[in-house]
Amino acid sequence: MQLIACPWCGPREEVEFSYGGQAHVPYPDSPAELSDEEWAHYVFFRDNTKGRFAERWNHNAGCRRWFNAIRDTTTYRFESVYRLDDPKPVTP
Amino acid sequence: MSTPFRTPSGGRIDRATTVEFTFEGQTLTGHPGDTLASALLANGRHQVATSIKLGRPRGIAAAWAEDPGGLVQIEEPFPEPMLLASTVELSDGLVAHGLPGQGRLADVPDSARYDAVHHHVDVLVVGAGPAGLAAALTAARAGARVALVDEQSEAGGSLLSGTERLDDAPALQWVAAAVAELAASPEVLHLQRTTAFGSYDDGFVLALERRTDHLGAAAPKHVSRQRVWRIRARAIVVATGAHERPVVFADNDRPGIMLAGAARTFLHRYGVLPGRDAVVFTTNDSAYDAALDLHRAGVQVQAVVDARPEGSPRRREDCELAGIRVLSGAVVTGTQGVERVTHALVAPFADGEVGASTAIGCDLLLVSGGWNPAVHLYSQARGRLRYDDALGAFVPGEDLDGLSVTGSAAGVLDLPGCLADGQRRARAALTALAIPPAGEDRLPAAPEPAVPAAPLVLWRVPDTSGADGSTSFVDLQRDATVADIARAVGAGLRSIEHVKRYTTIGTAHDQGKTSGVLTSGITAELLGIPVQDTGTTTFRPPYTPVAFAALAGRDRGRLFDPERVTALHEWHVAAGAVFEDVGQWKRPRHYPQPGEDMAAAVLRECAAARTGVGILDGSTLGKIDVQGADAAVLLDRLYTNLMSSLKVGSVRYGVMCGVDGMVIDDGTVLRLAEDRFLVLTTTGGAAKVLDWMEEWVQTEWPDLRVHCTSVTEQWVTFPVVGPRSRDVIGAVFPDVDVTNEAFPFMTWRDTTLDGVPVRLARISFSGELAYEVYVNPWYAIAVWQRLLEAGRPYGITPYGTETMHVLRAEKGYPIIGQDTDGTVSPHDLGMAWAVSKKKPDFVGKRSFARVENQNPLRKQLVGLLPVDRETVLPEGSQIVEFLADGQLPPPPVPMLGHVTSSYRSAELARPFALALVRGGRERIGETVHVPLNGTLVPVEVTGSVLVDPEGARRDG
Ligand SMILES: [Zn+2]
Repeated sequence: MQLIACPWCGPREEVEFSYGGQAHVPYPDSPAELSDEEWAHYVFFRDNTKGRFAERWNHNAGCRRWFNAIRDTTTYRFESVYRLDDPKPVTP
Repeated sequence: MSTPFRTPSGGRIDRATTVEFTFEGQTLTGHPGDTLASALLANGRHQVATSIKLGRPRGIAAAWAEDPGGLVQIEEPFPEPMLLASTVELSDGLVAHGLPGQGRLADVPDSARYDAVHHHVDVLVVGAGPAGLAAALTAARAGARVALVDEQSEAGGSLLSGTERLDDAPALQWVAAAVAELAASPEVLHLQRTTAFGSYDDGFVLALERRTDHLGAAAPKHVSRQRVWRIRARAIVVATGAHERPVVFADNDRPGIMLAGAARTFLHRYGVLPGRDAVVFTTNDSAYDAALDLHRAGVQVQAVVDARPEGSPRRREDCELAGIRVLSGAVVTGTQGVERVTHALVAPFADGEVGASTAIGCDLLLVSGGWNPAVHLYSQARGRLRYDDALGAFVPGEDLDGLSVTGSAAGVLDLPGCLADGQRRARAALTALAIPPAGEDRLPAAPEPAVPAAPLVLWRVPDTSGADGSTSFVDLQRDATVADIARAVGAGLRSIEHVKRYTTIGTAHDQGKTSGVLTSGITAELLGIPVQDTGTTTFRPPYTPVAFAALAGRDRGRLFDPERVTALHEWHVAAGAVFEDVGQWKRPRHYPQPGEDMAAAVLRECAAARTGVGILDGSTLGKIDVQGADAAVLLDRLYTNLMSSLKVGSVRYGVMCGVDGMVIDDGTVLRLAEDRFLVLTTTGGAAKVLDWMEEWVQTEWPDLRVHCTSVTEQWVTFPVVGPRSRDVIGAVFPDVDVTNEAFPFMTWRDTTLDGVPVRLARISFSGELAYEVYVNPWYAIAVWQRLLEAGRPYGITPYGTETMHVLRAEKGYPIIGQDTDGTVSPHDLGMAWAVSKKKPDFVGKRSFARVENQNPLRKQLVGLLPVDRETVLPEGSQIVEFLADGQLPPPPVPMLGHVTSSYRSAELARPFALALVRGGRERIGETVHVPLNGTLVPVEVTGSVLVDPEGARRDG
């Protein structure tokens, strides 16, 4: 069981968290103006990255806050966590 | 009673005390400090069981968890299957018998306690042998927070099995001093009888402590029997030692054949001679210690058979001084004997060729093929293994972040080397943690070890003529042989994982502790490839078997999952309610009267609600208090309909969808103030809806000034339902004008009852005139009883969830998650009226416009009436249609949809159902069929509202 560093609470057990999928996929400004395909890309399509991936996590059995993390999908290791209003870190 | 194979002195047993135990019906004696295995051997008993497939006699072949032979079932003090005689500590009154590979679970509940403890440390040391003790001392002396766990009954590891000396005294004196020093260190937790059985991410290790097993029937009831330690360590030092590896030869499975090191353990630790006449077969120097020690203890060592052409010149000299014959360049090719080995067949061995064999009489055949580091915890932590050609074993191939391996687990096989390596590893761990080492950290002085002659890596003795490897056992527990591996390789298998599954080697109780590396070696040999290329099978937790009871700990029975009950629970119990689980809630399903089954009770409860008055405990309904200047904005964005236009004092039904436009929850919303709403959710959806609201507020609309709080448990809810509900509410709350004009449908009013605030809402989940009563749970029982009292003249009837479901289904009200499945839009439910056309956007809106969601052939919610007016269709039943010619289409018969809810209706006097049916609304009036028990039940498709479609009843 991994430790995940909540930006507000510090390192906590993995079971306290839930996964929220790919980060930085904002709700479109004007959904009505999108084609079906463009809308489907927002609703259904996500990257399936091997390696560093920006993800949303929720500390739902703790402070209940959402945050973002860069995690390596091959090692599961969290490389950084950051708040929702922080920019996506530049990864090497 | 005599124990003929007990030495006159020595060992770690308490000779002053004798305990009695029963094995296979025979009463025997032993001493505290014995294992069942050592006590059996002291009584001259080697055979423990017969093998699982072939029924061959099997005995004790090792002194600890690597033993593939001595599998037993414990009957007393508590039935437990599949334990090893070599790891069961002897206790007075123990009753056991041997197992042919399969055990029997207890048929009575286990009354012992099991628990779990979380523990956090700087350094966890696994194993209290020389390397582990040195590491733990170094860490403790530096002031680090340390845990030291070891699976044996006492610390010392390999030192318990030998005669080594440290600081010019028996090594166990140093062990005792080390244990005392650790005990005096306030930051050290030292646990014996504790097996670290799994290592996971980020320094997380699970360890099983056997707290009272060794006490047998005398175990105090208040102490947990076993405890799972959940240890989170910043650094882990693995000092788990090594397992001796056998060499495979024909008939290598007979009782009396054991690992050489094990014989040494039985002698030195338990004061037991495992035989009188021994042959020792080895490929390395370590087995000479066993030969010489047994000789000194009075065993006739008939020969040391050393497969190496030159043997070991130095050890040969030792043997010659003792008068022990050494046969170098020789191997054991087979054995004789039935229930016990009687002869070892010894033959010259040179350049891979085996010569003619001679039988040497013996009752004990010791084997050593080298040592396999116990790399399990390292490997579980995804450490890569490297094959070491000299050792003929897999060793840790890299340093892991936060986990290092030391001592013989790392391939260091001499005592001073293990001590120094343990200290070095601990120091490296401290450095990584920025903990300065102690100034004083002395290691005990150990005699310089003699340089051993190079070992020979020999997996198996080549077959002699006529032998086919079918009695050359690799995995004794699975009766799997060299012939089986040859068959696997012959069948084209190359991967060691495939060979394992084809032969089942390594899948038994011992998980291949002795057979795993042998299989890699033999497979590589048969394939003609390097052992490094075959690798090993994956090491998975647990290292040794762990009882499910221990893993469950206290999370069993009523504590398995939280049980939520409403404030009226005791009343429901007293009223004879039959409960059902709804999520974690216990809800009354119905209240049967004497002689009633559920069907009869539900028909009675339904009739009361439709013709008189019923009352339900609806307290489990999810309730979320949404407050803030932008509360209405949030709800407008999350509900399909408009909530901002709702007036204070009013109630509106709402549907919530995901971005894909599919319904995720529904419920009613009360506007309490301009900036405050009470959102009611389904019982099961409460937590999910709160999560959903918080997710959007935090991740997309952090600018909204709004807060969402669960108030589910702050309010109880009692729907009072039926044509006479107005009379009941009017009587209990005289301050409230309950007329339609003053208190219309879909409004709420606050009042007080004897000074206690009460909220009433005209919400109906049945189609009948109904009032929901909300009050603080402290007053739940008082208010409930007043409602019952006031309803008595009208025959007020408490009803449960089953009646609630029938009433709502008769009205076509869907249950989200029962009548929907995540592919159902509001339009599919016939709820286009609940989807706002005015709002520019809300979650899900764009998806409604997708072409697929406009498809008229989507599954839609409809009603079904079985034509025979008899059949209650099972929920989940499939729906099919006939072709124009009245025949079923050819298989595969297309499925139109399925039954989602199905009940018997008192009101309709017939069964009915709700169903999702392709193009369902277009089919109203048609007859379709439901396959049931080999027949096709004709059913009429109807609208989803079967009772009071005009809605005439809601105002009474
Ligand atoms: Zn947190």
